Amino acid sequence: MNKSERNNLIKGLLFISPWIIGFVTFVLYPFLSSIYYSFCHFNVFEPPQWIGFANYINLFKDKVFWISLYNTFFYVIIFIPLSFIVSMTLALLLNTKVKGLSFYRIIFYIPTLVPMVALSILWLWMFNGEYGILNHFLIKMGVPKPPNWLADPRYAKPAIIIMGLWTLGQAIIIYLAGLQDVPRSLLESADIDGAKWYHKIFHIIMPLISPVIFFNILMSVIISFQLFAQPFIMTGGGPGRSTTFYLLYLYQKAFEDFRMGYASSMAWILFIIILVLTLFSIKISKKKVYYGG
Amino acid sequence: MSRKEGAVERKIYKFYVSLILMLLSLSFIFPFLWLVSTSLKPIDQTMKMPPVWIPKAYYIEDNGEKIRVFFDEDEKVAEDSWLVEIMESARKGEVLLVAEDDIKKGTIDIDVQRADIVKTVNVRVKTIKSIPAGRYMVKEMLKEGDTGSPRIFYVKRERVEQKVKFEFSNYIVATRKIPFFLYLKNTLIVCFLSVIGVLLSSSLAAYGLSKIQWKGRDTVFFIVLATMMIPFPVTMIPLFTIFKKLGMTGTLMPLWVPTFFGAAFNIFLLRQFFMTIPNELIEAAKIDGCSEFQIFYRIIIPLSKPILFVVGLFQFLYAWNDFMGPLIYLTNQKTFTLSLGLQFFQSQHGGTEWHLLMAASTMVIVPILILFFFTQKTFIESITLTGIKG
Repeated sequence: MNKSERNNLIKGLLFISPWIIGFVTFVLYPFLSSIYYSFCHFNVFEPPQWIGFANYINLFKDKVFWISLYNTFFYVIIFIPLSFIVSMTLALLLNTKVKGLSFYRIIFYIPTLVPMVALSILWLWMFNGEYGILNHFLIKMGVPKPPNWLADPRYAKPAIIIMGLWTLGQAIIIYLAGLQDVPRSLLESADIDGAKWYHKIFHIIMPLISPVIFFNILMSVIISFQLFAQPFIMTGGGPGRSTTFYLLYLYQKAFEDFRMGYASSMAWILFIIILVLTLFSIKISKKKVYYGG
Repeated sequence: MSRKEGAVERKIYKFYVSLILMLLSLSFIFPFLWLVSTSLKPIDQTMKMPPVWIPKAYYIEDNGEKIRVFFDEDEKVAEDSWLVEIMESARKGEVLLVAEDDIKKGTIDIDVQRADIVKTVNVRVKTIKSIPAGRYMVKEMLKEGDTGSPRIFYVKRERVEQKVKFEFSNYIVATRKIPFFLYLKNTLIVCFLSVIGVLLSSSLAAYGLSKIQWKGRDTVFFIVLATMMIPFPVTMIPLFTIFKKLGMTGTLMPLWVPTFFGAAFNIFLLRQFFMTIPNELIEAAKIDGCSEFQIFYRIIIPLSKPILFVVGLFQFLYAWNDFMGPLIYLTNQKTFTLSLGLQFFQSQHGGTEWHLLMAASTMVIVPILILFFFTQKTFIESITLTGIKG
C-alpha cells in the first residue's frame, strides 16, 4: 500500500466512521445479542441466563404461537394477491390517458401518508358495529345483518385486510410509472396484429414490468409479516386470538410479559421465514422475471 | 370497422374509465370526509343511525333564554302524560314522566330496589305538569365546566330551532385532553433532530462510499446494503436493553440518537446520486487545494440539494408517523409523541368520545397533508425512483 492509498483509506474510513459506530452499536451488537438472548431466560431486570433450546422448544408447544403464525400467513396470503389486483387495476385504469391523472394520483396516494395510529382509529370508528358508517352503507345496500367487524372473530382479519387496501397508493404510483415505461411501439404492433386488451395486458405489459411487480410484492410481503400497529390499536389481538398477528404476539411477550428471551427466539424465527422467502423468490424470479436492458 | 366508429368507441370507453376512477377516488376520500364530519359533531350526533353528516345544533327558548339542547326525533312523547313527583318510598322526590292512563287515584306503580330485591310498590304522586302526546323531550346541553344536572324540557316540535353548527370547540377540547401541544413539541424535536442526523451521517458515509477510492470500500457498501435485510423485530429487544442501560428509555433520545450514525437506505440513495456527479469537479477542486472535507461541503452538498431534500422529507414523515419506536422507548407520558399520545388517549377514552378522537386524529394528519401538498411533485417522483430502480 503506497502513501496515497493509505491516505485514501484513512479518509474513507473517517467519512464513514459515524456509520461504523452506528453499525456496531445499533445493528451488529443487537443482532448478535438477539441470537444470544434467544437461548436465554431474560427479563431485562436480571442478566440473561443460558437455557439452551428451551425457548424454541416451548415455542413449538405454544398454541398461541401457532395461532399467530396462522393469522399472519392468512393475512399475507389473502392480502398480497388482493392488493396486487386492486393496485394493478387502478394503475392500468390510470394509464389510459385519462384526464386529471395527477389529481387521481394524489387522491390514491394520500391515505398512505396518514400516520398508522390515526388511520387505525379512523377505521375502528368506521367498522363500529353499531354506529359505523360502513355498516350503514351495507344495510342500505340490502345486507340485513352486517357483521360486527372487529368484534367478531370471523370478520376481524378480513376487516384489517380491507383497511389495508385503502393504503395502496405507493404501489399504484410505482406500477403506473412502470406501465408508462412500456414502449408504445410494442402495443401498437400488437394492435395491428389484432390483439385484444387482455392479450396486451397478460402477454406484453405484465412480462415487461415483471421486475417492478416482483420487487414491489416482495417488499409488501416483508412488511405484511411485520403487521403490528393496526391490530395493536384496533383489537389488541382479539376477539379471542383472531387478530394476534406474529409481531403483536412477539411484542406482548417482550414488553408486556417481559419474556425477552422467548420473544427473541420468535424474532429469529421471523427473520428466518423472511430470509427464506426472499431468497426463494429471488431464485424463482431469475426464471420468471424479465430483466430487459 | 371504420375510423369514425373506432373514435366513438374510444370515447365511450374513456367515459367509463373516468366514471370508475371517479367512484374509486370517492371511496378513497370518503373516510376523510367521515373523519372530519365526526370531528365537528356534538357527542350525541356521533351516535346516530342513520348517521348525521352535517352536524346541527338545536335550541329552544325558555323565558327569553336561548338554551342549547340535545334533540332526537326518537324522543317523542307517545301518549298524553304527566310529569309527576314521587311522594313516598325510597325514591321520594324523583320526577318522572308517566302516561296519564297509568296514574290511578293519584298513585302509580314503581319498582323500588332494596338490597338485591326489586319490588313493585304503589306510591302516591304529585302531578306537576301535563305533557300532551306529540311533545319532544329535549335535554339541556351543559357547557364545558358547568356543574349541576341538565334541565329537561318537553316541547312542541316547532319550538325546537335547528341550525347547522360545526363544533369547532371539539378541537380545543381535544388539545386540552391529550396534551396536544406537549406531544407536538416532542414530535417536532424528534423530527428535526432525526432529519439533521440522517442528513449529516448518511451524506458523509455516502461520500466515503462513492467519491474516495479505498481498499475494502465495496465490501463495506455490501454490508450497508445487507443491514437493510434485518427486520426491526430482530434488533428491537437488544436495542431496548441498550437504551435502558444508557438511561435513555423514557426520553426522546432513542428516537433520534441513532440517526446520527447513518441509515442504510439513505446512504444507498445518496451514494447513487453522488456517483452521478462527475469526478472532474473533484479533481479540479483538489488542484485548487481543497481538502476532502471542503470538497464534500462546498461541492457535493450544494449539488445534491434535491436528493438531500427527499431524504430529509421522508425522514421527517417517518419520524412523525412512527409508532412502534415511541411505544417501546417512551415509558414516560411527558415524552409521548403525537402518534403514541393519540393511541394512549384512544385506549383510555375509546368507544365513547369519537368526536374528540376524530378531532385529534385530524390534527395529527393535517400537518402531513399540508407538507405533502407543498412537496407532492418531489414525493411522486422519488417514490417512482426508489420503487423502480431500488
